[in-house]
Amino acid sequence: MSVQTDLIRVEDLRVAFMLHGSPLEVVKGISFRIKPGSVVALVGESGSGKSVTAQALLGILPRSASITGGEILFQDPETDGQVVDIASLHRDSSDMRELRGSRISMIFQEPMTSLSPLHTIGNQIEEALTLHREVEKGDARRVTEEMLGLVNFPDPSRAYDMYPFELSGGLRQRAMIAMAMICRPALLIADEPTTALDVTVQAQVLHQLKELQQKLNMAILLITHDLGVVANMADEVVVVYHGEVMEAGPVDAIFNNPGHPYLKALLHAVPHFDMKPGERLQSIRDINYEIGPAFGHKQNESAENDEPLLKISNLRKTFVTKKGGFFGATDENTLVAVDDFTLEIKRGECLGLVGESGCGKTTVSKMIMRAVSPDSGTVEFNNASGKTDVLGLAGSELKRFRPRMQMVFQDPFSSLSPRMTVLNILREPLIIHEMGNEKERLAKVTELMRLVGLDPRFLNRYPHSFSGGQRQRVGIARALALNPDLLLCDEPVSALDVSVQAQILNLLKDLQSELGLTYLFISHNLAVIDYVADRIAVMCKGKLVETAPREVLFKNPVHPYTQALLKAVPYADLNRPLDLATLHAGGASNVESWGPKFNATPDAPELTHLEIDEGHKVLVHKSVDAMELRT
Amino acid sequence: MFAYIVRRFLIMIPTLLIISALIFFIIELPPGDYLETYIAELKQQGEKVDPSQIEFLRQEYGFDKPVVLRYFHWLGGMLVGDFGYSFEYQLPVTDVVGERLWLTVLLSFVTIIFTWIVAFPIGIYSATHQYSWSDYGLTFVGLLGLAIPNFLLALVMLYLANIWFGTSVGHLMAPEYLDKSMSWGKFKSIMEHLWIPVVVIGTSGTAAMIRRLRANLLDELQKQYVVTAKAKGLKPFKALVKYPLRMALNFFISDIGSILPSIISGAEIVAVVLSLETTGPLLLDALASQDMYLAGSFLMFLATLTVIGVLVSDIALAILDPRIRLAGGATK
Repeated sequence: MSVQTDLIRVEDLRVAFMLHGSPLEVVKGISFRIKPGSVVALVGESGSGKSVTAQALLGILPRSASITGGEILFQDPETDGQVVDIASLHRDSSDMRELRGSRISMIFQEPMTSLSPLHTIGNQIEEALTLHREVEKGDARRVTEEMLGLVNFPDPSRAYDMYPFELSGGLRQRAMIAMAMICRPALLIADEPTTALDVTVQAQVLHQLKELQQKLNMAILLITHDLGVVANMADEVVVVYHGEVMEAGPVDAIFNNPGHPYLKALLHAVPHFDMKPGERLQSIRDINYEIGPAFGHKQNESAENDEPLLKISNLRKTFVTKKGGFFGATDENTLVAVDDFTLEIKRGECLGLVGESGCGKTTVSKMIMRAVSPDSGTVEFNNASGKTDVLGLAGSELKRFRPRMQMVFQDPFSSLSPRMTVLNILREPLIIHEMGNEKERLAKVTELMRLVGLDPRFLNRYPHSFSGGQRQRVGIARALALNPDLLLCDEPVSALDVSVQAQILNLLKDLQSELGLTYLFISHNLAVIDYVADRIAVMCKGKLVETAPREVLFKNPVHPYTQALLKAVPYADLNRPLDLATLHAGGASNVESWGPKFNATPDAPELTHLEIDEGHKVLVHKSVDAMELRT
Repeated sequence: MFAYIVRRFLIMIPTLLIISALIFFIIELPPGDYLETYIAELKQQGEKVDPSQIEFLRQEYGFDKPVVLRYFHWLGGMLVGDFGYSFEYQLPVTDVVGERLWLTVLLSFVTIIFTWIVAFPIGIYSATHQYSWSDYGLTFVGLLGLAIPNFLLALVMLYLANIWFGTSVGHLMAPEYLDKSMSWGKFKSIMEHLWIPVVVIGTSGTAAMIRRLRANLLDELQKQYVVTAKAKGLKPFKALVKYPLRMALNFFISDIGSILPSIISGAEIVAVVLSLETTGPLLLDALASQDMYLAGSFLMFLATLTVIGVLVSDIALAILDPRIRLAGGATK
């Protein structure tokens, strides 16, 4: 074997799953190399074989999968010149276990589930250390705490004894990074490390990874479908599709001069902030839909009615967490989830609601849907038949009102019952509201399927035989079955791949204009909101901090929170790298960092929504003048 | 944590009180009382019944007093260890139960240990070798154990034990030791007889536990943190025991609460078939003949076991699972 300068050289790697007794190849001869200390991004849709490749590198393939061909040559810089073929090692052999976690380590997508809930993070991190290094008990704790400090845990010695469920998603991911790095590996495999995190947290974690990578001169294999992350992190890019490498090369060549049609399509499928008004995303596979007679356009049924469709005023919701109880002392903690939330949604518009996880966006949507009761506030619904006090409805009145508002959920997998066929799923709302007879319902369901571009022949199938995007279309069809006026979309695309995301976003946009629907579109993804919304409302810690028309918000964000959110979005553009250094450690929702204009003072504890421009409102201190904020 | 345990102990008091009231009420429900059953029996045998004697007995046992008073009398007695008087045996309940209680506890304890020793390795093996021939084989044996009625198994085992080992048929000891005080010979005889009911009673419990352990462990083995543990370079066995098995134990610990009473009350039919000197057959008799204090004390005994079992499992869970210990009581 010749001496190589690469840290890892993957040659014609093939991995197959045993499916019903016959092998199914998912990685079909992938080759790439990673130089020491460089970042290589493996890009592709889900199912493209990128995660399986990473698992093969670490010898942790699922039991039903095995490497059927090719080589994974690993040359450890610490053992001069010695090359190991990982593909030929048995996955549980001691040689493999010595590499795993020590020279090559991995972090995963889901920080919520990748740590054991029953052991302290200190215990779990230290375990990786004591497995591979001979250290004494006291020293191990010291090294672990040092590592926790290195990944910016505020108080490492306290964090050592904390359990994962006591930490936020960002901190858990940092604990994972600490665990992966504690033996100073030569290669870190990061499998979608930030996909489950908020943008601002994502930016911090990326910053962390980059910094550690440079400090320890470690190589990273970054697996992601987010081209914005790739542009900010990678030195080289490998694009995979259906288990084969489509294109590979240095990052600037890939972005500036994409060659392969698949890569081009992928780049076009991502919503970005520089899209011209009216420009459409190019999804890789477009949906052909067809609008039937039951779904005619709601011809401005009340054109003369200028009232907003939905008027939410002073909504407030608190959650109480209790500790102890019964005979013990009760210790109540009140958490304000939504605070003084006032918002209007105009007929026919798409209002985007953005904010980090835990800011109360979903609680707002649930209160509007009457799934959660607010502590105070009103919700008023206006249509041709007059005004309705949504929160005052009860019993049969509420049931009669339900068809006006419907919801599309985030997770297309758990929001459809696995025991019902698509026909039953789509027919259920019609049965509940006693609409039509058997024949009419069937006709309507068929029409619904065509409306979302699905073949009505699939009606008798169960949800599991559909892909994520198709399921989400079933979810949309179900929401549309009752001809609602308002559709609440709660993160409808965040569980989907980019190309499918483009498909669903285009479908939602088309349906909105063709059917005259009104949307409340909730998302944490600013680019997605930018693409679909007409007006955007930004929420932070239960409060609405800024509302503005789409163009205005992105051009001229006024509130520091909005600015921080926008700054943290990674662009799929090499010329606009993330300004990682200026991201404040406390997170964008750190109230102190906002400055006096945006904070309450003891003499004026109430903030006001100041209209600084037409339709542009910002939550500020009472003394602030609109002129000060206009630029 | 300490406050939690104290609180749990205090909650036990009203729980047991309510249970005792319920038990007493239910025993009182059937028409008539023990004396009426007794008179009917005497009449059937053609004996004369002396009304004054009946009246004496009625007063003696307090049947002429209102129900509530009798309940409090019974309750107060139990607190000082007086469980009342068995009419049928003409003895205090404590004397009737006597040795049987300890034999029952012994039998149950050995059965539980047997169940765990057999179920654990098999369950773990089945889960880690899912869909292999050995998994199917063990599953088949487990299902057999679930499906064969206990009493049938008891008869077969009795026969085999008698043929192969010459063990005397029935009872928990050889006939010559019945009603004798404890001695080395008696102890040996008990040990010799004990395994039959242990295997018979334990089989279905073992089979059920294997199935549950397998299902729970399979769920846990899918979890991401198992992959994390492997990615650290942990040995497969250690990665199994430290993470997923530990998680799968939760169900098992919460099971302790129900395992105690179910083994004691569920073994009645087997105990009758095998003529075991345990409490099961006694309880059946007591219920049939309306021997109310005996039956009541038994039911109370079962209830107390359940409550203690639940307490033990709750405390064990709180110790083992930090999520319960630290996040306990938090509602969303």
